Amino acid sequence: MKRIGIYAAVVALAAGLGLGAAMAEGKIVISNWDGYMPKDLPEKFKQATGIEVEVALHATNEEIMGKVVAGKGRGYDVLFVSSPFAEVLHKLGLSATIDHAKVPNLANLYSEANTLAYDPGNTFSVPYAWGTTGLCYRSDLVEGTPSSWNDLLEPADSLKGKITMLATDRWLMAAGMLARGYSVNETDQGRIDEVKALLIDTKKSLLAYDDTTFYSKLVSGEASLVHAWDGWCNYGIGENDKIKYVIPKEGTDLWVDTMVVTTASENKDAALKFIDYVLSAETGKWVAENILYKVPNKAAMDALDKTLFETYPNLAMAPADMMKQEQLRDLGDAQKAYTKAVTEITASN
Amino acid sequence: MTKRLGQILLILPAAGWLTVFMIVPCLIVFFFSFFERGTYGGIDYTFTLDNFARAGEPVYRSIFLGSARIAAMATVIAVVVAYPAAYAISLAPRHRQTRYLLLVMLPFWSNYLIRTYAWIVLLNREGLINKALMGSGLIGEPLHILYNEFAVVTGLVYNYLPFVILAIYASLQRLNPEIREASEDLGAPAWMTFLRVTLPLTLPGVAAGAVFVFVLSIGNFVTPDLLGGGRIVMVGNLVYDQFLSARDWPFGAALSLALIFIMMVLLFLQAVAVNRAQQAKGSTHA
Amino acid sequence: MPDRRTANVLLAAHLRLTYVFLYGPIVVLMVLSFNRAGMPTTWTGFSLEWYAVLARSPDILSAAVNTLIVAVASTIIATVLGTLLALGVERGRSSGLLDALLFAPMIIPDIVLAIALLSFYTLLDLTLGLHSIILSHVVFNIAFVCAVVRTRLKHFDHSIVEASIDLGAGLFTTFRRITLPVIFPGVLAGALLAFTLSFDEFIIAFFTAGAGSSSTTLPMRIYSMIRFGVTPEINAMATIIMLVSFTLVFLSQRINRGTIAGG
Repeated sequence: MKRIGIYAAVVALAAGLGLGAAMAEGKIVISNWDGYMPKDLPEKFKQATGIEVEVALHATNEEIMGKVVAGKGRGYDVLFVSSPFAEVLHKLGLSATIDHAKVPNLANLYSEANTLAYDPGNTFSVPYAWGTTGLCYRSDLVEGTPSSWNDLLEPADSLKGKITMLATDRWLMAAGMLARGYSVNETDQGRIDEVKALLIDTKKSLLAYDDTTFYSKLVSGEASLVHAWDGWCNYGIGENDKIKYVIPKEGTDLWVDTMVVTTASENKDAALKFIDYVLSAETGKWVAENILYKVPNKAAMDALDKTLFETYPNLAMAPADMMKQEQLRDLGDAQKAYTKAVTEITASN
Repeated sequence: MTKRLGQILLILPAAGWLTVFMIVPCLIVFFFSFFERGTYGGIDYTFTLDNFARAGEPVYRSIFLGSARIAAMATVIAVVVAYPAAYAISLAPRHRQTRYLLLVMLPFWSNYLIRTYAWIVLLNREGLINKALMGSGLIGEPLHILYNEFAVVTGLVYNYLPFVILAIYASLQRLNPEIREASEDLGAPAWMTFLRVTLPLTLPGVAAGAVFVFVLSIGNFVTPDLLGGGRIVMVGNLVYDQFLSARDWPFGAALSLALIFIMMVLLFLQAVAVNRAQQAKGSTHA
Repeated sequence: MPDRRTANVLLAAHLRLTYVFLYGPIVVLMVLSFNRAGMPTTWTGFSLEWYAVLARSPDILSAAVNTLIVAVASTIIATVLGTLLALGVERGRSSGLLDALLFAPMIIPDIVLAIALLSFYTLLDLTLGLHSIILSHVVFNIAFVCAVVRTRLKHFDHSIVEASIDLGAGLFTTFRRITLPVIFPGVLAGALLAFTLSFDEFIIAFFTAGAGSSSTTLPMRIYSMIRFGVTPEINAMATIIMLVSFTLVFLSQRINRGTIAGG
């Protein structure tokens, strides 16, 4: 019957569209956070090398990890993930070894960026952006200057209902760990429980858990003090100069967002060319200018316009200082305890 | 003989599709729940009943209970709002009733992400409702009506209200008007007729609507996710987290099974109650 | 009787308030989509700017195309299968098992169905893409199409079919000339509803979609726009999608007039 023919054709067409895209020559698929890369980067890369880049978006590390672990990375060539997740991909055999010979621009990196704890020598990942996590606040809405994690976790009455915390379990727990003087990679169950109790208490004063829109809440005045990554805070600073960023005195974590090539990639050379392109001084500089995050690219940071450092002070932080902070590592089996603790925290009343 | 064969041929393609793409996947979920999580995600095919034991732990039990509580609140509010609305429609002139119902159903069929998002715009501290209330001087401080249970319940009621109205209306339609007239002829005031005659006879419709709202609310993911600001964790969010953040598919599967089991029990109870109600009152229907 | 009259007035007022509740948020979004200031809620002037931004976004346009492909494909498949199913089920004795099978897609929480399908595809090592979304969407669409066509069939006098066969017309001719024209409005209405459902569906698409923007649907895009921080063009998008949904459902009802209460 005609109808069967039509639907068969449409299914075939749709299937072809789905599969065909992945088989195109000289094409790679990358997955990144929305707005974490200059919008014209794929276009410029194509002009420079002829390789087409398709950009997929993920809202959180967990989302892309879920998809990649389920599908074994098929369909993706380059993934932008935070360091603990890059470690997990490596342990699962889903990340390919980075052939340094094919990525000469690795020489542009700071020496510190070659000795990061989660991947010394950058064998399975390449750092893209790095930074700290701290407090982002409206100086006109907050009395005094916040200086401690406890200003967030045990807020003043005037701040109750106007604070947000990061939702991702590692950073959520890290705030509590640091406040209590523990490691951000703490695995002791007793300490996890202690921090959990602290954070359950904090939840009562919280407006929301927010990974992505906290800076616009600051700009609109819905929130006054938020838990933030330094680059995200810069977006807020860009829109409202009363917004400031501070690293609490108890310390912070050095997080690194990395680029990983999937073992399932059918275009590894093209993927490596892309990474090499991103690491060039020019691109690195322009990435930093665009996304307002620090890049571990020495050549790029040196070339940056110094006035940027005045508007966005956290961009000026020196790598040597950053290395003093703890780096987030994959927790292995202890991750379950963190996930469970975070579930209890977010579900508490 | 051929009639039977013909019937089977007609049913087979669709039944086959549903079996392959619904039954089988659900069986796989059932199957996964008996295994362990691999160290970094994925499945380790070692048999275990741990996942079900874990599902019973206090933290997860309280999430199930909390979800039930939120779903119950949404159900009660939806029914209380829906009944008078459905009644009003049934009182309207016949030719207009279809139009009123269509207007009720239109939002129900539109994109629920957008309908939920609309409430973020309305309820946030700098949003429309607060601006209006502050502007008219009714309140001094903005109300905290987003990213909490209030917002989630509002969102759930908003999403499912049309269906409850429809269910109750259908039940009202099936009533024999002569019974109401008889009650009035016998001297009962309007409110007593309603309370003693109309309401009990339309309970099946109310029950159908209520169960629908409850069952869909308890497993809802989008509404608590968007309107809860990460602070409200219902079963749907829990399953989502297990599959994406925790990468613990077996546990997520166990939780899903628990959810489905609860829902099936509720539906069964509803079917039994409706059956019994129909048997008892069978003689009062036309 | 004063009691009844006041009751009726109150009821009518309640109904009106209910409509305000149901349509208020939607209207607010629509109005805001024309607000030059975009977000918050201070009106600074009428502007079509956000619609222009929408039209200039290639990722939104490609997501819209993907959504259409998925909706059309899953609708066609589901309509055929669902109609056949309705014909088969309506004529014979009702089987409890079959009814349960049909009821299930509407009852199983969509997130559970989503993860079940992902698990299934992963186990089969199927590469995900638009096709995996289509396969998944057909599941709930079959149930809806079947339900709508069945209500149409309920009013269908089967003796006409029997008479036609008695008079010598073959099964296929009978179907084409007699059954099909009668149920066609139901089939079309069901198809429109299925299209709308697939067009708006989010969570199953989210879990079963493949990598990249070639596999992203509009609802997936909307979700990430909402989660990422509200950009004003989302109101324009919301308005357009709402109007599309309304039109489709309205059409569906017009075509299948009179069966709304029997559904």
